[in-house]
Amino acid sequence: MAWRRALAAVGFCLLASAAPVSQLEAQPRYSDSGPEPLLSRVFEQIEENHWEAALQQTDALIRSYPNFRLAHLVRGDLLLAHSKPLTAFGEGGVGAARDKVADLRAEAIARLHAYKNRPMEGYLPRYLLQMRDDQKYAIVVDTEKSRLYLYQNDGGTPRFVADYYVTHGKLGADKTREGDQRTPVGIYHVTASLPRQKLSDFYGSGAFPISYPNDWDRRMGRNGHGIWLHGTPSDTFSRPPQASDGCVVLANEDLDALGRNLQIGLTPVIISNSIEWLSLDDWQAERKSLLAMIQEWRQDWESRDVDRYARHYSRKFQSDGLDYRGWMEHKREVNAGKSWIRVGTGDISMFRNPGKEEYVVVTFEQDYRSSNLSNVMKKRQYWIKEDGRWKIVSEGAA
Amino acid sequence: MTLFRHFALCSVAIALAAAGPAFGQSLQDIGKLMKQGQNTQALEQVDQYLAGKPKDAQGRFLKGLILTELNRTNDAVAVFQKLTEDYPELPEPYNNLAVIYAQQKQYEKAKQALEMAIRTHPSYATAHENLGDIYARMASQAYDKALQIDSSNTSAQTKLSMIRDLMSVNARPAQVAAATKPVVVAAAPAPARSVEAKPADTKPAEPPKPAEAKPATAPVKAGGDPAADAAKSIEAWAAAWSHKDAKTYLAHYAADFKTPDGMPRAKWEAERTLRVTKPGEISVSVEELRVSSEGADKATAHFRQRYKSANLKGSGYKTLELVRRDGQWLIVQERMSN
Repeated sequence: MAWRRALAAVGFCLLASAAPVSQLEAQPRYSDSGPEPLLSRVFEQIEENHWEAALQQTDALIRSYPNFRLAHLVRGDLLLAHSKPLTAFGEGGVGAARDKVADLRAEAIARLHAYKNRPMEGYLPRYLLQMRDDQKYAIVVDTEKSRLYLYQNDGGTPRFVADYYVTHGKLGADKTREGDQRTPVGIYHVTASLPRQKLSDFYGSGAFPISYPNDWDRRMGRNGHGIWLHGTPSDTFSRPPQASDGCVVLANEDLDALGRNLQIGLTPVIISNSIEWLSLDDWQAERKSLLAMIQEWRQDWESRDVDRYARHYSRKFQSDGLDYRGWMEHKREVNAGKSWIRVGTGDISMFRNPGKEEYVVVTFEQDYRSSNLSNVMKKRQYWIKEDGRWKIVSEGAA
Repeated sequence: MTLFRHFALCSVAIALAAAGPAFGQSLQDIGKLMKQGQNTQALEQVDQYLAGKPKDAQGRFLKGLILTELNRTNDAVAVFQKLTEDYPELPEPYNNLAVIYAQQKQYEKAKQALEMAIRTHPSYATAHENLGDIYARMASQAYDKALQIDSSNTSAQTKLSMIRDLMSVNARPAQVAAATKPVVVAAAPAPARSVEAKPADTKPAEPPKPAEAKPATAPVKAGGDPAADAAKSIEAWAAAWSHKDAKTYLAHYAADFKTPDGMPRAKWEAERTLRVTKPGEISVSVEELRVSSEGADKATAHFRQRYKSANLKGSGYKTLELVRRDGQWLIVQERMSN
């Protein structure tokens, strides 16, 4: 039956497109919360022609998630198939609301795809190179997969906690302009918590604004504001994969669960088009090489030898209105009057940018002491890889 | 929607069945009263009748119908419910219970009642059709929830048109599966109605065959009339499908036929061929065909399509847009609706 094939196609295209990560012989790791396991089972039953079982599973799904529109649509199909032959997914609803059926189909594909390609044990999003000790959790979003992953800081190593289906911008990711209905890609953090009482029902159980545009965005001329993580209206379980004006939208129960782990001003929110996963070994190697380079940079600064110090800077360097040459001249002048320098780096965090621009944001407490001047500041540096070597392309007070 | 019509069918069946000598005569009269809308009187008389024969299945069934007409739904449910307990082998009380439940939007209960009717008579076509309708209504509710649409307006319209069906249906033969209850089977068709009761249609356990389907509603005249010619073409189309003749079937579609969702023609043809030639018997019949022509070369056809194959059975309304090219009526658009 064509309809069964149409439904199966929703399921099959997922199996066929498994990401490389999931082809490895590792155990899938999944929170097993959320509707995906049951939803996946429903589609399997349909593929196996077990319609009654599929209907029962769908009913169970609806009992757990009464406002889950996708489940109602599948239920409609399963019922309608008793009275007439069907040829397409959501056929009985297409006449009245073609767009909405297309949205729900997209949601089905997104949910099942993420479920069948869930992250494997021993793999990490490449972006979480180093969390600070007091950053208890980090969020990484994959807009293509419509998925948000929550990681816990387990003694420096991110440990997977849960993942959730999310909605992003109507026109996709890579926000550049106000009103472009896109979700930004980059490294942000949660800046506030807005409780339900202060919001309209549209935002559901609450909202967590994030720090778009960040320094890098501003430098690239990107604008816009008001990018939030937020919930869904009370009569809606979830929204289509691309339906917001740029915000990242979660089911209310998911937002509540997530919200309990968020630290205002601290929790990183890294939004990517498509997460790059690294094996724990590769992640460790990348992390160590960068940490070692930061250590070297610190020592070379302490040496007061500007040539040694300059090796760590890109020719493209720009900061405080100074280019590479200006910066080094300035350092030479400053260092000339000093008999010693000591630099301490504490509370280092390192996050790799998920976008097309490849850089790592390194933030730390800098304890600078010298024969004639001392100061403690929070410093932010942007490191890029040039000819296989880590180099600083920008730095300043955070 | 067939629910209400079939409700009426049952009433005719039982009215006919009740045309026995002694009490039967009066049951038939009561049935007439009911049809004339004199339901209060009919109820009084049926109560009198039942006072003498409290267990009588026909009398009780008729009472259930009268109570339904009087909108005394709970009482009607009680009567039909009790009938299913006393005569569990009769499908009609289950069927009518289902119709009432469906009116109350209690589709799950309606479905269960129809499944019971089918369990007693696996070939009971009315129950199968009604069950199809129940599923369609449940599906419609599910779609409403899924898509945040409100189809209640359209179903209200369906209801109104049903009342008209109920009147016209009385002229049609009763197609009830033979009940095992002797009283029911013993029923002789009332003489006055003998023209309507066709033996072929009252045969038990025989689903309607495509050949018997009469596209009667369209004013089909032989030759010259575009609507009539288009109707013939549709019959031939259904026949080709039933014969699993994919080539002939596809030849009924115009080159510019609008494929569903704008699917490429080749893909659509491949899908249809697979479907039309699938293993097992297929029967497709066209009923209640109405063809309206627009000029000599354009026509629109509405009909009820009954489809039966090895693993699927269903019916629904279909609309075909046709054009005449080189004397041939060809399909340019095909839509299925509930």
